[in-house]
Amino acid sequence: MPTSAQQLDTLLKREYKAGFVTDVETDAVPPGLNEDVIRLISAKKNEPEFMREWRLKAYRHWLTMTTPAWAHVHYPPIDYQAIVYYSAPKAGKDGPRSLDEVDPKLLETYEKLGIPLKERALLAGVAVDAVFDSVSVATTFREKLGSLGIIFCSFSEAVQNHPELVQKYLGSVVPYTDNFYATLNSAVFSDGSFVYVPKGVRCPMELSTYFRINASKTGQFERTLIIADEGAYVSYLEGCSAPMRDENQLHAAVVELVALKDAQIKYSTVQNWYPGDAQGRGGIYNFVTKRGACRGPNARISWTQVETGSAITWKYPSVILEGDNSVGEFYSVAVTNNFQQADTGTKMIHIGKNTKSTIISKGIAAGRGSNAYRGLVKILKGAENARNYTQCDSLLMGDKCSAHTFPYIEVKNPTARVEHEATTSKISDDQLFYLQSRGLSTEDAVSMVVNGFCKAVFKELPMEFAVEAQKLLGVSLEGAIG
Amino acid sequence: MNPNTAKETYLDAMGAAEKGLAGAPSWLRELRRSGAARFAEAGFPTTRDEAWKYTDVTPIVQAGFQSVAKGANGVDPARLDGFWFENLPSHRLVFVNGHYSEKLSTPGAWPEGVTVMSLAEALRDQAHRIEPYLGRCVPEKAHGFAALNTALFADGAFIHLGRGARLTWPIHLLYVTTGAGEPLLSQPRNLVVAEEDSQAVLIENYVAIGESVYFTNALTEVVVGPHALIEHYRLQEEGAQAFHIGGLHAHLDRDGRFTAHGIDLGGRLVRNDLRSVLDAEGAECQMNGLYVLGGRQHVDNHTHIDHAKPRGTSREFYKGVLDGRSRAVFHGRVIVRPDAQHTDAQQVNNNLLLSRDAEADTKPQLEIYADDVKCAHGATVGQLDPDALFYLRSRAVDETAARDLLTYAFARDVLSRLRLEPVRSQLERHLAAKLRVAALPQTQEVF
Repeated sequence: MPTSAQQLDTLLKREYKAGFVTDVETDAVPPGLNEDVIRLISAKKNEPEFMREWRLKAYRHWLTMTTPAWAHVHYPPIDYQAIVYYSAPKAGKDGPRSLDEVDPKLLETYEKLGIPLKERALLAGVAVDAVFDSVSVATTFREKLGSLGIIFCSFSEAVQNHPELVQKYLGSVVPYTDNFYATLNSAVFSDGSFVYVPKGVRCPMELSTYFRINASKTGQFERTLIIADEGAYVSYLEGCSAPMRDENQLHAAVVELVALKDAQIKYSTVQNWYPGDAQGRGGIYNFVTKRGACRGPNARISWTQVETGSAITWKYPSVILEGDNSVGEFYSVAVTNNFQQADTGTKMIHIGKNTKSTIISKGIAAGRGSNAYRGLVKILKGAENARNYTQCDSLLMGDKCSAHTFPYIEVKNPTARVEHEATTSKISDDQLFYLQSRGLSTEDAVSMVVNGFCKAVFKELPMEFAVEAQKLLGVSLEGAIG
Repeated sequence: MNPNTAKETYLDAMGAAEKGLAGAPSWLRELRRSGAARFAEAGFPTTRDEAWKYTDVTPIVQAGFQSVAKGANGVDPARLDGFWFENLPSHRLVFVNGHYSEKLSTPGAWPEGVTVMSLAEALRDQAHRIEPYLGRCVPEKAHGFAALNTALFADGAFIHLGRGARLTWPIHLLYVTTGAGEPLLSQPRNLVVAEEDSQAVLIENYVAIGESVYFTNALTEVVVGPHALIEHYRLQEEGAQAFHIGGLHAHLDRDGRFTAHGIDLGGRLVRNDLRSVLDAEGAECQMNGLYVLGGRQHVDNHTHIDHAKPRGTSREFYKGVLDGRSRAVFHGRVIVRPDAQHTDAQQVNNNLLLSRDAEADTKPQLEIYADDVKCAHGATVGQLDPDALFYLRSRAVDETAARDLLTYAFARDVLSRLRLEPVRSQLERHLAAKLRVAALPQTQEVF
C-alpha cells in the first residue's frame, strides 16, 4: 500500500501544478435557494427556456410543500438555505490533494475490496482529472455506442444536444410535483446521466457512471433519465461499490426510467456513501426518488439495489406497469450498522393486463441500525390476472438494532393474485455452530450465513458487481458480531 | 352536518354531561374530562390520518348521531329469542341502545368471587372497584371515537373475576339497537377484570331490531391478570344501515392468555381496533377474525399487538370474503420492544375477492426492536384456486356450487378455531346459508 500511495502521490504532485482552483471558484453560487439562484444555475448551464421554466415551476411548487415525516427515520431538520446548490467539480480545493490526506480507514476499505488504484483516488475525491486519461476512456466507449445510435451522455449535454428527447420524457415518470425531495431536485438538479437506446438495439455493454467520468461528481442533486425505445435493452450500473468520500449532508437524486413496447431496462445500484462514524456522527442523507414506467406491452423494468452506505436511506425504486404483460422486479439488500437508518422498499402499480411483479427484499440490521421495508402493491381495476409475489426478510444482529416491515397491499381486481411474506429472525445459532464445528471462524461463519441470506438478490447483479457487493457486505458488517 | 358542527355538538354534550357529574368521584370526573380534552384535540379522523387512510368516516360525522336517555324503547323479550345460541346455557345480559335492561336480562346465579353488573350501576355503588382499571388500557393518543366513548359512555358491563374464579357458562352480552326515527348513537363501555388464575368466556354480540340508521361506538377494556384466561367473542351482526366502531383493548399480565375472535357479518361501515399489550413474561394472545361482506359494506380491522416483555406469543389469523362492492381493510401491527426477547409472533391475512367491484387493502406491519425473536407475517389477496375448481367440476359439481363450496371452506377455516361448539355450529349454518351450501359435518377442534 505505501508504495502505491507514493507512486500516486508523485503523479499527483507533478500534475497538480496545472492549478484548476480558480476555475472552481467561478463555478459556485452562494448558499441558499431562491428564484435567482435557479435562474443562475440554468444560465450557467446554458439551458433552453423550457428547462428554466420547468425548474422555476418546480421551485414554486416546492415552496408550498412540507418535509415528509412518515418514514421510519429520525434526523434533525435540514436547513435548505445553508446548502450550496451549484458548485461544479466538488473535489476542488476542499478535497484532499493526494491519497495521503485521505482518511486511512477509507483506504483500508479500498484495499479489502480490491479496488484498482486509479479508481481509489477517484472515489476518495482526489483531483483525478489529471491522473488518468478520463477523456479517452469516455470517448472510446462513446464512439462504440454512438455507432449503434445509443445516446449516453451527461444530462447537461443531453439538454444541449437532444432537447426534444429531454422535453418529451423529463418529468413524465416523476413529475415535478411528486414529493418534497423530487421537487427540490427538479428545481436545482445539477447534472446526471442520460441514456437513450433506439428501437430494437441491444446495448452491448453495461453502462455505468464510472465510464462517464466527466460527470461522476455531479453530487447532491443528480438526475438520471433512461429511455429504452421499442424492443431495446439496456443494463445500467449506478454508483460504486466502494465508499465515496463525500461530506455533503443531503443527496436528493431522481431517476426516471421509460421502457416502451418490448423494451427492457435493468438498473443496478450498489450504494455505499459515507455512513457516518461508529458514533453516528456525520454521514449522508440519501433521499432518492427512483421510478420506472413500463409504457408498452411486454416491457420490463428490473431494479436491483445493494444499500450499505449512507447515514439515512429513504428510497423506493418503483415500477408503473402500464403496458399489458409488462414485468416489474425489485431485488434489494439493505444493511444498517452502527447508527445507520434505512427506510426503503418499492411500489408496484399494476395497471395493464397480465402484469407481473416480484419483490425480494433482504434487510440486515446490526449495531444500533434501524432497517425498514416499506412497499406498496397496487392492483387497479383493469389489471386482469395481475400477479405479485413479495418476500421481505430481515436478519437481526445484536440486541440494539431494529427491523420493520410496512407493506401496503391494495387490490381492486378479483383475478389478481397477490402474496406477501415476511420473516424476521436473528442468525440461527445452529447454523453458526454447524459452520464453526467445521473449522470456520465466527466472522467467516457469519459472513457465509449473511451471503446465503442475500443470495437471491446478488444473483441479479452483473457478475463483477456481485463479487464486490459480497465483499462490501463483509466490510459493512465488520465488528457487528463477536 | 359538517365536521366542525358535529364536533361542536358533541363537545356541547360533553360540557352538559360534566355538569351532571357533580356528585361523582374526582377520578371519574378527571377521566371524563381527559376524554373530552382528547376528543377536542383529535376530532374525527380523516383519510389523511395514516390509520384511517382507507376508511372514510364522513357519513358518521354528517349524520349527527345522538345518544338517547335510558328506557326510551320497550323491547318484547320474545324478540330476542332468535339471538341466543341454541344449546348454550349462558349468563345473559341485554343492553338496549347502550343501556342495561334488567327486564330483558337473565344473568342467573354467579359463582363465588364473580361480580357482573351494569357499569353505570357499578360506578354509582362500587366506584372504588373500578377506579384502578377504567381507562387504563386505552392509549393516551387514542383516536377521536375512543375519546368520545370515554367522555360520554352511559353504560355497559362490568365484569370482575376474583382470584381463582372460574365461570362454567359463558357470559353473553347482547347489544340491541332498536329502530327509531332519530339517528341514534349508542356507546357501550365494558370493563373486564380477571384476577390471578381466573377464567371466563365472554360473548359480545351486536344486533339490531328493525332497519334503521344508527351508530354504535363501543369500547371494551380487558385486564388479564397473571395466569388468567379470557376468551372473547365479538359477533358483529349490526343492521345493514348501521355504523359500528369498536375498540377492544387488552392488557396481559404474566402468563395471561387472551383470545379474541371477531366475526363481522353486518354493518355498513365498520371499524374495529384491537389492541393487546403483552406486558409481562410468557403472555399469550390469539386473534382470529372473519369478515364476510357483500353489497356496499366496508369493514376495517386494525389490530395492534405490543410485545413489551420477553417470551410472549401471539397468533393472528384473519380471513375475509368480499362480494358485491364491498371493501375490507386489514392492518395488523406487531411491535416487539427492545426487552421482548424470545417473542414468537405470527400473523396471517387472506382475502378472497368474489366480485369485480370488491376491494381489499391489507397492511401487515412488523416493528422489531429485539433480536432473538421469531416473527412472520403473510398476506394474500386473490380468487379461488382454479385447480381446486377444476377438481370439483371434473367430479360433476356445477360451477356455482363448486365456487360456493370452496368459498365456504375458505371462511370455515376461521370458524373452526372457535372453541364454543354451539357458537361455531350456528355461525357455520349462518355462513352456509349465506353461501348457499349445506353445512359440513362438525370436525375436530383445532385446539
